[in-house]
Amino acid sequence: MAELEKNAGHFLEVKDLTVEYFTKEKVVHAVNSVSFSLEKGKTLGLVGETGAGKTSIAKSILRILPDVGARIVGGEVLLDGVDLIALPEKEMRGIRGNKISMIFQDPMTALNPVQRVGDQIAEVIALHNEGKKDEFKRRAQEMLELVGIPRERYSEYPHQFSGGMKQRVIIAIALACNPALLLADEPTTALDVTIQAQVLRLIGQLRDKLGTSMILITHDMGVVATYCDNVAVVYAGGIVESGTREQIFDHPSHPYTVGLFGAIPNMNEDEEWLHPIDGLPPDPSNLPKGCAFRPRCKYATERCGEGPIEMAETPDGHQCRCCNLEAVIKGEKAK
Amino acid sequence: MAEKKSRGKGSGNSEFKTILKQLSYNKLAMLGAIIFVLELLLVLLAPVISPYNYEEMDTTAIRQTSSAEHLFGTDDLGRDILSRVLYAGRYSITMGIFSTLLAAALGMVIGSIAGYFGGWVDNVIMRFLDIIQSLPGLLLSIVLSAVLGPGYINTILALSVNGIPGQARLLRAEMLKVRGNEYIEASQSINCTKLRVIASHMIPNSISPMIVQATMGVANMIIMASSLSFIGLGVQPPAPEWGAMLSYSREFIRSSPHMAIFPGLAIALTVLSLNLMGDGLRDALDPKLRR
Repeated sequence: MAELEKNAGHFLEVKDLTVEYFTKEKVVHAVNSVSFSLEKGKTLGLVGETGAGKTSIAKSILRILPDVGARIVGGEVLLDGVDLIALPEKEMRGIRGNKISMIFQDPMTALNPVQRVGDQIAEVIALHNEGKKDEFKRRAQEMLELVGIPRERYSEYPHQFSGGMKQRVIIAIALACNPALLLADEPTTALDVTIQAQVLRLIGQLRDKLGTSMILITHDMGVVATYCDNVAVVYAGGIVESGTREQIFDHPSHPYTVGLFGAIPNMNEDEEWLHPIDGLPPDPSNLPKGCAFRPRCKYATERCGEGPIEMAETPDGHQCRCCNLEAVIKGEKAK
Repeated sequence: MAEKKSRGKGSGNSEFKTILKQLSYNKLAMLGAIIFVLELLLVLLAPVISPYNYEEMDTTAIRQTSSAEHLFGTDDLGRDILSRVLYAGRYSITMGIFSTLLAAALGMVIGSIAGYFGGWVDNVIMRFLDIIQSLPGLLLSIVLSAVLGPGYINTILALSVNGIPGQARLLRAEMLKVRGNEYIEASQSINCTKLRVIASHMIPNSISPMIVQATMGVANMIIMASSLSFIGLGVQPPAPEWGAMLSYSREFIRSSPHMAIFPGLAIALTVLSLNLMGDGLRDALDPKLRR
């Protein structure tokens, strides 16, 4: 309870969020009691492997999980103290695209190919504002210029744009209503490296300019280091470690996080082999009991397989879900 | 509809202009369009330009081949075939167009519901369409038109029921493909309602095969309408209709082939022009294929 009161002032708070996907044969546990919080104007990085459930977390905040086969089983998503999960669909409409918006992974497919790009920006403005069409159009043009595209290109179609420009248009759509929270779902995965840098810089600049809070989903530690204030490491649908950027980068304490950093090749030495984490992520329809990382963990003990692991506080004060914390810290120091 | 609104007055017009301009690049499509427009004009102006009344019998000139008085010749009752072909076009073309439009409209509603919602909704709708399609198309139209009674409107209704399953299926298949795209998810994330997602994002992206199908469908409907007239349903004689004229001339095909050739040519020309136009329209409607 003391914890609850302490967090009462948070802008966004996700508590015990659990999402499952159903098929006829099995239940896929995509998100398992995920909790995190975000302060106004800050950026949280969600880091993890493909299939770890990062996108499912973002989609359940917006409540746009597919109608068939997906269900938010439990938990709360509190935005300024209002639980979005329990909100009636009608009120949720006022939030989607307006207070919370999302940038999608693949700019190639995230724009409607038969609609003019400008109209697609104007659409979101029209959906959330009263007024005249000319006004919407003018604001859409302003948004285009804000993301560095000349307003003359308002009436062009997505196929006339390059990948990076499409992603800029998507950013313009996402920011058109000046949302309080931006969910960026691997915004640069589909772009090449130079464009990645441009797009990220743009997102960062606009975030600072508009004072938007952001959840940045990525698997790129370099991106996290540059743009995030806080980091949460996601593994098999659960958060295994969370803290400020400095805490995570300076003192990674969960064996998985340690492994992630270990996998980054050292550019200063001539290394012949990469250092991946051995093994594969567990099948989310059949998660191991206890710690999901146990089968791949070199610090694993008997205790890891017994029941759920609680978050523990590390010496520098961040949260880590590991029951052999001391052994890990000692082990990593010894290296 | 909503999309047009957001575009404002001036640009809605320019969208239409762009499509026309695109269409004008395609020579074959233009040819089709010109033939079809000419035909429509001729048919509309039938009372003005046709040399005789379509019912008028000239017993002195029976089954004559082309001549100065009767450009297309006369039939076995001495009626002028040119006049009959012109008047027949009014029934045939409009029946073909309206029944296809009706079928496309209903097919679009049914197909988009099935395609968007999927699951059991899709299953129920598709099985129902299976039932309709398991009946021979012509038989279904015959039964419907027998139940509704003969006549222009009733024939259109009877014909359109036949076209619905094909159109609905086509749209559904295309929508299933489109549904997986990220822009559908994106449109939900900016808070489009289901209706808006379907109407302004999914249908425009999946409609092009339907347009092609519809243009071919008009031709098919004209032929079906004529089959109905042949067995005494559909448009009632003495009102002329291309298909009816064609089947009527069957008996005289050896001695007076011109009785079959001219209505046949009219059907062939209409079908050809519509097909050319449909293909061109498909390319013009798709911004990805624009030049």
